[in-house]
Amino acid sequence: MAASTPSSGSLLDSVMRFLPISKKNARKILASLVGTLLCLVAWQAVCSIPGAPLPGPVEVFTDTQELIIGAFDRTDPNSTDVGIFWHLMASLQRVAIGFSVAAIVGVLFGIVIGSNQLVYDAFDPVFQLLRTIPPLAWLPISLAALKNNQSAALFVIFITAVWPVLLNTVTGVQQVPQDYKNVARVLRLGRVEYFLNVLFPATVPYVFTGLRIGVGLSWLAIVAAEMLVGGVGIGFFIWDAYNSSLTSEIILALIFVGLVGLLLDRLVAFVGSISVPPERR
Amino acid sequence: MLSAPKPNFLVIDQVSKVYQTPSGPYPVLDGVDLNIDEGEFVCVIGHSGCGKSTLLNMVSGFAEPTSGEVRLQEERIVRPGPDRMVVFQNYALLPWKTVLENVFLAVKAVYPSWDKAEQKNTALKYLEMVGLSEAINKRPAEISGGMKQRVSIARALAISPKVLILDEPFGALDPITREELQDELLQIWRDNRVTVMMITHDIDEALYLSDRLVMMTNGPAAKIGEVMEIPFSRPRDRSRLLEDPRYYELRNYALDFLFNRYAHDDAAE
Repeated sequence: MAASTPSSGSLLDSVMRFLPISKKNARKILASLVGTLLCLVAWQAVCSIPGAPLPGPVEVFTDTQELIIGAFDRTDPNSTDVGIFWHLMASLQRVAIGFSVAAIVGVLFGIVIGSNQLVYDAFDPVFQLLRTIPPLAWLPISLAALKNNQSAALFVIFITAVWPVLLNTVTGVQQVPQDYKNVARVLRLGRVEYFLNVLFPATVPYVFTGLRIGVGLSWLAIVAAEMLVGGVGIGFFIWDAYNSSLTSEIILALIFVGLVGLLLDRLVAFVGSISVPPERR
Repeated sequence: MLSAPKPNFLVIDQVSKVYQTPSGPYPVLDGVDLNIDEGEFVCVIGHSGCGKSTLLNMVSGFAEPTSGEVRLQEERIVRPGPDRMVVFQNYALLPWKTVLENVFLAVKAVYPSWDKAEQKNTALKYLEMVGLSEAINKRPAEISGGMKQRVSIARALAISPKVLILDEPFGALDPITREELQDELLQIWRDNRVTVMMITHDIDEALYLSDRLVMMTNGPAAKIGEVMEIPFSRPRDRSRLLEDPRYYELRNYALDFLFNRYAHDDAAE
């Protein structure tokens, strides 16, 4: 440990000379770069064993170069043969629609259910049951009901994301401190005033926890759902690549799926951080 | 005085409160009778568990008596309302609102017909009265306990309640802040001619502030043991009060009531 300190220190110093970042952050970034590199090296090593069924990172990169360059290609908008960027956009669009509906429905119903103990007692057992159903298990029933691939995929997104949003909102509403409710009672705040000034601000941190879990789950669900329903979308792209034995393309797509999922999570967390005042976090 | 204070302004009439517990009914208060005049300052003192807070909750309307009733100006109290504003024990300020917004919300809720400038000016006026003009844009998390209590008092007074209810408002404050706030409360009480009902643990505070001191017996089934008239003329001066021989008579009498006649039996709890 003592021997490595001077060398890592000097490396840190040289990194910091070029970038306007603090020493603590520089160390973090450096560590994550080293960690990523180690993972790639390990991957390459495992796939270099003779007879390995999957390509290593170098092979993936050389195989998919063309695909990366052609990511924005879209000669025929009606064809499924488009660049990977458009597949991702199609998936994101589905998530945006399904998740938005889930967020609105989840928050609205969460507030109603959380505000009324009787309604909560009536529906909570049903919700507890429904929320444990895996996203893909909803697909056959939604196909049977909606008779349309696209609507079924959207419904799967919706039904996956709605439970964490709804249940977290319910908890948030139920956790409003008695003191604040007493203030509202003594001032005889109207329903709207109570909602805007007390209930909603007190519930917002819980809502964002639910939204963050919900958006993550939607992204998990869409990739799986698209493999089954087809059309343009990153899930279909992966399935198509598998059917054509293009393993490198599958791996590239997985990396993109991971990156987009991470971005979605950070986006919701960021919106939450500007919506929730610091003393409420 | 514009008009003579009306007697029987706030009437606590044979009030009893029984809580249902798993081990059977538990009587907290048993037949409490008290008439409070308009503009009077009444303190309630007693050991913990004697039902002081329960009594106050029935005046504010957060609890209903099991038997008997509480009336304000002949009208039976059945629910909380801004005519009986409460200064809560732990301030109960909304953390996402600034000091001004907390007071403004109360004014807006109680006087919806006023225009916005009038509502805001009223909030500012009462915040100035408690010396918080500098802190109006801070949030509760950024100010001290004494300042929070001042906001709570400003919020309560800004809506001009008929009765101001305080539940041990200064208990958590340091002695200097406590004395300052006692003086401010007295000043505000004189200027606004509001009727005050306040719970305290502090005999000196009660003697300095109140017209009458209500001493409760111990629970269960607590009732009013004695009501002590505090004869000192107003405005009161803290140091002059301490030189008055009657002060020590009253103080010793109250201490004797609390610590000899109704000594708190800790072993019984």
